[in-house]
Amino acid sequence: MAVLDSKVPEGPLDEKWVNHKNNINLVNPANKRNIDVIVVGTGLAGSSAAATLGELGYNVKTFCYNDSPRRAHSIAAQGGINAAKNYQGDGDSNYRLFYDTIKGGDYRSREANTYRLAEVSSNIIDQCVAQGVPFAREYGGLLDNRSFGGVLVSRTFYAAGQTGQQLLLGAYSSLNRQINRGKVVPFNRHEMLDLVIVDGKARGIIARNLVTGEIERHGAHAVVIASGGYGNVFFLSTNAMGSNVMAAWRTHRRGAYFANPCYTQIHPTCIPVSGEHQSKLTLMSESLRNDGRIWVPKKEEDAQAIRDGKKRGVDLKEEDRDYYLERRYPAFGNLVPRDVASRAAKERCDAGFGVNKTGNAVYLDFEAAFKRYGKVEALTHGHKNPSEEEMIKLGKEVIKKKYGNLFDMYQNIADENPYEVPMKIFPAVHYTMGGLWVDYNLQTTIPGCFAAGEANFSDHGANRLGASALMQGLADGYFVLPYTIGDYLSHEIRTGEISTDTPEFEQAEKDTRGRIEKLMNATGTHSVDYYHKKLGLIMWNKCGMSRNAPDLRSAMDEISELRADFWKNVKVSGSADTKNQELEKAGRVADFLELGELFAKDALDRNESCGGHFREEYQTEDGEALRDDENYAYVAAWGYNENPRDSELHKEELIFDNVELKTRSYK
Amino acid sequence: MKLNLKIWRQEGPKVKGKLVDYPLDGVDGDMSFLEMMDILNEKLINEGDIPVEFDHDCREGICGSCNMMINGEPHGPQKLTTTCQLHMRKFSDGDTITIEPWRAKAFPVIKDLIVDRSAFDRIQQAGGYISVNTSGNTQDANSIPIEKSKADEAFWSATCIGCGACVAACKNASAMLFTSAKISQFALLPQGELEATERVEAMVRQMDEEGFGNCSNTGACMVECPKGIKLENIARMNREYLKAEVVG
Ligand SMILES: Cc1cc2nc3c(=O)[nH]c(=O)nc-3n(C[C@H](O)[C@H](O)[C@H](O)COP(=O)(O)OP(=O)(O)OC[C@H]3O[C@@H](n4cnc5c(N)ncnc54)[C@H](O)[C@@H]3O)c2cc1C
Ligand code: SF4
Ligand code: FES
Repeated sequence: MAVLDSKVPEGPLDEKWVNHKNNINLVNPANKRNIDVIVVGTGLAGSSAAATLGELGYNVKTFCYNDSPRRAHSIAAQGGINAAKNYQGDGDSNYRLFYDTIKGGDYRSREANTYRLAEVSSNIIDQCVAQGVPFAREYGGLLDNRSFGGVLVSRTFYAAGQTGQQLLLGAYSSLNRQINRGKVVPFNRHEMLDLVIVDGKARGIIARNLVTGEIERHGAHAVVIASGGYGNVFFLSTNAMGSNVMAAWRTHRRGAYFANPCYTQIHPTCIPVSGEHQSKLTLMSESLRNDGRIWVPKKEEDAQAIRDGKKRGVDLKEEDRDYYLERRYPAFGNLVPRDVASRAAKERCDAGFGVNKTGNAVYLDFEAAFKRYGKVEALTHGHKNPSEEEMIKLGKEVIKKKYGNLFDMYQNIADENPYEVPMKIFPAVHYTMGGLWVDYNLQTTIPGCFAAGEANFSDHGANRLGASALMQGLADGYFVLPYTIGDYLSHEIRTGEISTDTPEFEQAEKDTRGRIEKLMNATGTHSVDYYHKKLGLIMWNKCGMSRNAPDLRSAMDEISELRADFWKNVKVSGSADTKNQELEKAGRVADFLELGELFAKDALDRNESCGGHFREEYQTEDGEALRDDENYAYVAAWGYNENPRDSELHKEELIFDNVELKTRSYK
Repeated sequence: MKLNLKIWRQEGPKVKGKLVDYPLDGVDGDMSFLEMMDILNEKLINEGDIPVEFDHDCREGICGSCNMMINGEPHGPQKLTTTCQLHMRKFSDGDTITIEPWRAKAFPVIKDLIVDRSAFDRIQQAGGYISVNTSGNTQDANSIPIEKSKADEAFWSATCIGCGACVAACKNASAMLFTSAKISQFALLPQGELEATERVEAMVRQMDEEGFGNCSNTGACMVECPKGIKLENIARMNREYLKAEVVG
């Protein structure tokens, strides 16, 4: 076991980043012109990093599997982005955002990174507004805010239910500006299949042109992995269909440590599974918990009657409803963090109070919000004694303006009108806190290989608070990486162009071709989806919202068997030298089949409950997560092994100098 | 329900394509259109056939990847809805459904239902941005208040998902709705005003170079746009363009 050096700078928490920036090396503009950087991924993290690096003068190549950088999965983020602007004057500060994030992550993240994130957050909003991102505004023309879970202030900036879209289009526009100037060259519909290491340093990638099937070599002085999260290891998740772990996993294979794979966020408010044909799950943004109240029937017989279609939820009287979050967590109510809300929903459904056919759904109800908003709306428009009916009508219009696209989406999918009956929701896999281990400079354990955005493990500990992934992606890309990578590249000014005509590139290309051939030549018994769905089911049943040692052990065995079967019997139709979606999927599922096993191992190794990682063996009397700070206050960073169960564990001890480790309470 | 699908199959950009019949049974009303396609593909794979290639990713109506001409309508019969958000309950047992790619000179077919929409990226690259550096030395976000109605309008223009349905719907394959949406977003914001002239000129020039047709004001684009991008954007772009011509 190696001891990992996080390279956190010395000094007081709130001075570390500024001092670090002042002390690290810079590359002069003339030299930047001779340095090439590859950015894999064009989501918020990748696009913002590539745009800024291009602007600074480096030669950048971007890669994405989509047909345009603008279609990266970040586009789907709905609810908002946090920043410690304190525009609402409700006592927000960098420290408070830092503290909320550390506590929200159940004290499993690195203090210095989290503080830096809070510190640069305000600037993200300034930057985005300057780029023309149309955030929601108040009547006075200033920016509006909403609240997200796990905090007591209103610090979330948003653009209706399309915040990710607007932020990504902002980053895409800056990227386009650099493409137009020739500083960034985009390689769309290209998939990174391997990382190339020369003399211990990352020197390029092997990519497949997804249209022609050509295998290409690309050299660079540094490689940035910004390829997003791996929630699709569960098959069903709120991630885009193509979201995958390939780029990160192939980097891991080449030596980068993979940290905390088992830290997964199961989001409480998603549209429940409707049938076997289901290909993905749809999130109903956390912002809805600002206005929606979550409940199940108080009496089991009511729940049963609803499941049998004999009663309707809307008709239940107030006193027959159990607003269980407000009951269990009076201080935070419906705005408890995601892990807490998800477990509470599962607990109620397991106890027999679920409200759809499968018994796996709870209500998210807007009636109270309709009335509350309607009343204000009526009064401000000079309507002194509005009837209840009028209030509800006016209130619905307010809600429509705030979340119209989400309500439409719900109606389309669930075939029920959420303005008339409460939504039915259930937790679903949403985000992965784990990822490539990086130090304070966002560098992986491979020199010259950096990781940004959801692909790294850095800032969210064991649970991410809402509206903080967008913040982290843009912080990494606009404000952190462009500085820290400069420090590394300052030692590369004499290196000269990276040739791809070397034995290392040759070998990597050969390995890649071999892998593709192996996939194409398997016996062809079952489709790729067949394996992906099987893996997903194992993950959900045994590594999902709650976990225990026997289940995790059997998950490891089952996944390893499934992997062996996959490589022997998978059926990949078509050929490797054309557009071939089956081959693309096969490559991704092959990696998920390794990651899944490491995931289970990591969960088994962590004998405590923290954040999204809930081990049934470790809970308090009232069912809350029970951490073990004495033995588990570390980042688990795994070295690669073909048999993931034999992976070697490396620990980064987490040191808390600025916050006191407490039991997380939202009561 | 049971469906008769007629799907455009084309092996590559230079190969001739044709409509092929695929009967499909066991389709459920709760399935999305793309889940129906998944089932077809699973069936094709199991029968030793090559599955139909189509673009998709988010399946939430926001990434703009999915693009199917369904019975002659971009994204199918339901208004304000992308293909991925269309559900099979809109169809009935025994229906024949014809599925084709977008048809436009500027969007050549890559394979089956997949087309090359990179022309849209190049229009954006020509000027779809505000020339501000991203390195963080900007003024406070609230230093310029923006009238809510204008900010909201800019937002609505910015919700275009770049799917290309407007082009596919237009008999001239014009990209005016798409291009004007971006121009409007920036024209409505104080941050975007400074470069308005160069922007509109550069983007329109690129649009023409890509081989998109002229706008003859039929409004078909707006009818088929899944995001309800309004024709007023085109009017605004024309005004901006005229202004630019006068200045230039
Ligand atoms: C439905 C939904 C709603 C969300 N809402 C919010 C929210 O309101 N607030 C919030 O803060 N967070 C939210 N999140 C989380 C947040 O959107 C993501 O964590 C974040 O956008 C990830 O950004 P990223 O840049 O790291 O990666 P992504 O946006 O996932 O981008 C990944 C990129 O990598 C490319 N790529 C992947 N693999 C390869 C490969 N092998 N080769 C080449 N390219 C590759 C892809 O093409 C893509 O360009 C939401 C997530 C979901 C699923
Ligand atoms: S204007 Fe509408 S139809 Fe055209 S690309 Fe944008 S969203 Fe699609
Ligand atoms: S798949 Fe993203 S819009 Fe349809």
